[in-house]
Amino acid sequence: MIRAVIVINDQGKPRLVKFYDYQPVEKQQEIIRNIYGVLCSRAENVSNFVQDSTFGPDTRLVYKTFATLYFIVIFDDSENELAILDLMQVFVETLDKCFGNVCELDIVFNFNKVHTILDEIILGGQVVEMSSSEVVKALDDITRLEKNPNSIVRVPKSISGWQGR
Amino acid sequence: MSGGGGPSLMDSLFQRTLDDLIKGIRLHLPGAAQSSFISKSLDEIRREIKSTDSQTKATALQKLTYLHSLHGIDMSWAAFHAVELTSSPSFLHKKTGYLAASLSFRPSMDVLLLLTNQLRKDLSSTNQHEVSLALECLSVICTPDFARDLTPDIFTLLSGKNFIRKKAIACLLMVFSQYPDAVRVCFKRLVDNLESADNAQTLAATVGVFCELASKEPRSYLPLAPEFYRILVDSRNNWVLIKVLKIFAHLAKLEPRLAKKVVEPICDHMKRSEAKSLVFECVRAIVSSFYEFEFAVKLAVAKIREFLLDSDLNLRYLGLQGLLLVAPNHLWAVLENKEVVIKSLSDVDRNIKLEALRLVMSMVSDDNVVEICRVLIGYALKSDPEFCNEILRSMLSTCSRNVYEIVIDFDWYVSLLAEMARIPHCQNGEEIEFQLIDIGMRVKDVRPELVRAGRDLLIDPALLGNPFIHRILSAAAWVSGEYVKFSRNPFEIMEALLQPRTNLLPPSIRSVYIHSTFKVLSFCLHSFLLPGKGVNSSRSNFVDIEPGFTYSESEQEFTETDHATSSSGFNKRDTFTQEAVVNMLTLVITSLTPLAESHDVEIQERVRNVLGLAQLAQQEISCNHDQKEKMVDKVDLKTSIIIRLINDALSEDFGPVSLSAQERVPVPNGLVLEENLSKLDSICADVQLSISESFSLVKPILLPTDGDSVSNQQNEEDSETSPAESMSLLAEHRKRHGLFYLPSDHNKNASSSFPPANDPNQRDNDVEDLVKLTDESLVLKRKPGSNRPRPVVVKLDEGERLPITVKKTDENDDLISGAVRDVLLGNEASLHSSNPSGRRKGESHSKDKVENFETGNSSKRRSKHRNHGKYVEDKEENSEKSKKKSGGRHKARRRADGGIDVAVQKQVIPDFLL
Repeated sequence: MIRAVIVINDQGKPRLVKFYDYQPVEKQQEIIRNIYGVLCSRAENVSNFVQDSTFGPDTRLVYKTFATLYFIVIFDDSENELAILDLMQVFVETLDKCFGNVCELDIVFNFNKVHTILDEIILGGQVVEMSSSEVVKALDDITRLEKNPNSIVRVPKSISGWQGR
Repeated sequence: MSGGGGPSLMDSLFQRTLDDLIKGIRLHLPGAAQSSFISKSLDEIRREIKSTDSQTKATALQKLTYLHSLHGIDMSWAAFHAVELTSSPSFLHKKTGYLAASLSFRPSMDVLLLLTNQLRKDLSSTNQHEVSLALECLSVICTPDFARDLTPDIFTLLSGKNFIRKKAIACLLMVFSQYPDAVRVCFKRLVDNLESADNAQTLAATVGVFCELASKEPRSYLPLAPEFYRILVDSRNNWVLIKVLKIFAHLAKLEPRLAKKVVEPICDHMKRSEAKSLVFECVRAIVSSFYEFEFAVKLAVAKIREFLLDSDLNLRYLGLQGLLLVAPNHLWAVLENKEVVIKSLSDVDRNIKLEALRLVMSMVSDDNVVEICRVLIGYALKSDPEFCNEILRSMLSTCSRNVYEIVIDFDWYVSLLAEMARIPHCQNGEEIEFQLIDIGMRVKDVRPELVRAGRDLLIDPALLGNPFIHRILSAAAWVSGEYVKFSRNPFEIMEALLQPRTNLLPPSIRSVYIHSTFKVLSFCLHSFLLPGKGVNSSRSNFVDIEPGFTYSESEQEFTETDHATSSSGFNKRDTFTQEAVVNMLTLVITSLTPLAESHDVEIQERVRNVLGLAQLAQQEISCNHDQKEKMVDKVDLKTSIIIRLINDALSEDFGPVSLSAQERVPVPNGLVLEENLSKLDSICADVQLSISESFSLVKPILLPTDGDSVSNQQNEEDSETSPAESMSLLAEHRKRHGLFYLPSDHNKNASSSFPPANDPNQRDNDVEDLVKLTDESLVLKRKPGSNRPRPVVVKLDEGERLPITVKKTDENDDLISGAVRDVLLGNEASLHSSNPSGRRKGESHSKDKVENFETGNSSKRRSKHRNHGKYVEDKEENSEKSKKKSGGRHKARRRADGGIDVAVQKQVIPDFLL
């Protein structure tokens, strides 16, 4: 399964952190620091795989650089390295479609939306969608729901909350 | 306006949004300014989150979640607010609540209990995105309680809309692992989803779950092999195929007939597919689980070669990994690609270099180890420090594997170790130190070479400047001291040990140097003072163990020093002249005297030992200097007596100690290890007294012959408490405080009840376990003159006691697989009740088989990695039997079914496998 998806920038600042098994936040930060240490010591134009022992002997790490960002996926031996690279491509493509030529700032200022996109692609460490157009479709749905809270109001109790605003 | 409403309204009007927060953080420089801004914002959040307005609360929670996830701020205190928001009617707020929960909740939180009902409600919502939120959250924070309470809800979702179904399936994995009984409820429907050809993503999720489950305990999923086979043949989705390949890689190891069946389609995929990921997965499956099929392996190796020659570094890396997987069973594949592998050692990519190194190491055998190490040393010299050390490390570990199994020429290996020490970047001092000493102890034949290599390292003053090899120098010093008798020129070693630059060494290593000085000094004095018989008596052990033992390669050196010493002493007189010894003593005294005041206790003590001996010897020897004729008297000198004693003490060989030596000493009856030792205090109080008393009491026993020397020896601050002396001290103490000693069975000698763990003289001892132990360590009975190609290497712990790493399956995995078996078999049973009885026979047989596995398993699994081959045979026999019984008829029937009726296929697993 996929253990974590992390996006950090070239200064080591985390932009997206999602662990699929519970890790205390201090541990998360430590892991990110270690990964950054490994990644920034690697030359350009080298392979995208790193043997990684963050989660035990069998875990691997695939990373890909897009402009100023490292996209990182940590996974175990139930996944295929090259397929995960494809998956990262799907993720970035989706971001691209949603933000139009995505850049670091988009990810910085759209914390919630990026999480939503990721959750449509990976759930519980399993890949649930590989088509970026499907993800975009779902995301449009969700955005509509978010903007239009009335659409799911069913319980009368909530009306008071609505009026309170 | 009420007092409560005011601030809340203000908060909501002027509340910073998440964007404001992010902008603020970006405005402040990282460090103090930023963290003070964050803590200010946190104060705001604490206030805002209590608001009754859910919009304000949601924004506050959003900000807090952001800070938690990306800045590591604790938010456990806000857990309740997150739960509260999940029940909000607004989708946005609900989503905020769920995001906060899935990013920050830990399994032990009390507040989780409050979430159960909300999760249930959202799981059954008509809005699919609400269901997704709940599923996502559950997949991260699932606890056994959640899993138990929500299993029915998830079960319903397993046949719902595809958008939800795939997510529910992905979530199942977590649910199963938390609550194995959920398998009984959901498994059948999960299996049904294997047929959902309509939606590739649902199928992918289902296969993904099975892949995870099968990787933990594959056996339970054997009955589903027909389903997976169908997918393997029919599916065109790479993602699905990759997972199915992984499943078959697990299953094929258990069932050879299955392997025969699926190897063909896998090869088809490998030949046909354009997708590198799928091709690589085929390669990996073939080389790790189907390596018995020659044609498949050939094809896989050809694909690996394509990868290796690709310009894409990722593919090259994976190609090397593929080779690494082939290596154990088909070394030819590695040898075939030898050039590429060796070339990869100087690749720009560190990963590729490392894999190549591993491959090179996999090619090592006793024939080519010398050659490969030569090549590697060359690469080590050229490489960057990090990789250089990686090379050295893997050479060290490969050569020392299984007690230096592949090393035949130890003289070569010792010189290799010495060469490594001289590589500028070498940082493996510790390992080299260990191996030098280890080899010295285990391999008698190599000691002369070891001393020679040690000498070369010691006399090189340049090496002392490199802190990384201090540990190696420490080993060299120890070896030179311990085996000084093989040295061509002990005086030279003495000079090397005392050279001024040794002050660069850390105290711990310096004290090893000084102790070695002591050994060399006593050896020289012994050779000088007691040329004839003394040596014989002191070496008696050594000679006893190896009668007529000759050093084949270094015989010359040997004759020069030791051999000559023990026989006639002609040569020796050349080496150990009075002048040389006197010079040496002067050197020792002048170099070490400044250290007698060292602040380091170890150094100080050892220096004083050496000085004590050296000064005494100097006095007496230079007194004799004038009357050269009185050489005969040398034997009677005090120094000679002491030297004889010291040499007796030092002449005993150190041997390797068994890992389990300590465990093998049985705990004596009546010894309570946890006994309260508080009474010791009162006893310790008069320990001092007893020592001083026994001191005078004991001396006469020690040396009853010569009254004069006794008093002398007492005057001298004797630091070498001889074994006999300490023994009697112990006896004295035992008499006084018998209560605290173990009852000893034999009263003869206190020492024999606590023998050293690995004393070569222990053979007569009657403690059973120790006899066993020493017997093993003393397989040294060498036949005189036998010319062995490889020297004897003393081994302990062979096989029997090596820590065996057993892959222990999780209790949960057992539970899951148990439940899976129940479901699958129960399933079949119920289906079969309506079937013709002939079929039931086959089915019950398969059930037997599975049960058979279950019982035989626990013991077999443990020894699986050792006698894997046998295990497979066993199973084959087993399946042969079942073949005979339930054979042909079913096969025919299945053909008649045309493979369409999948349910039928499922029941007749053995048929499929035939």
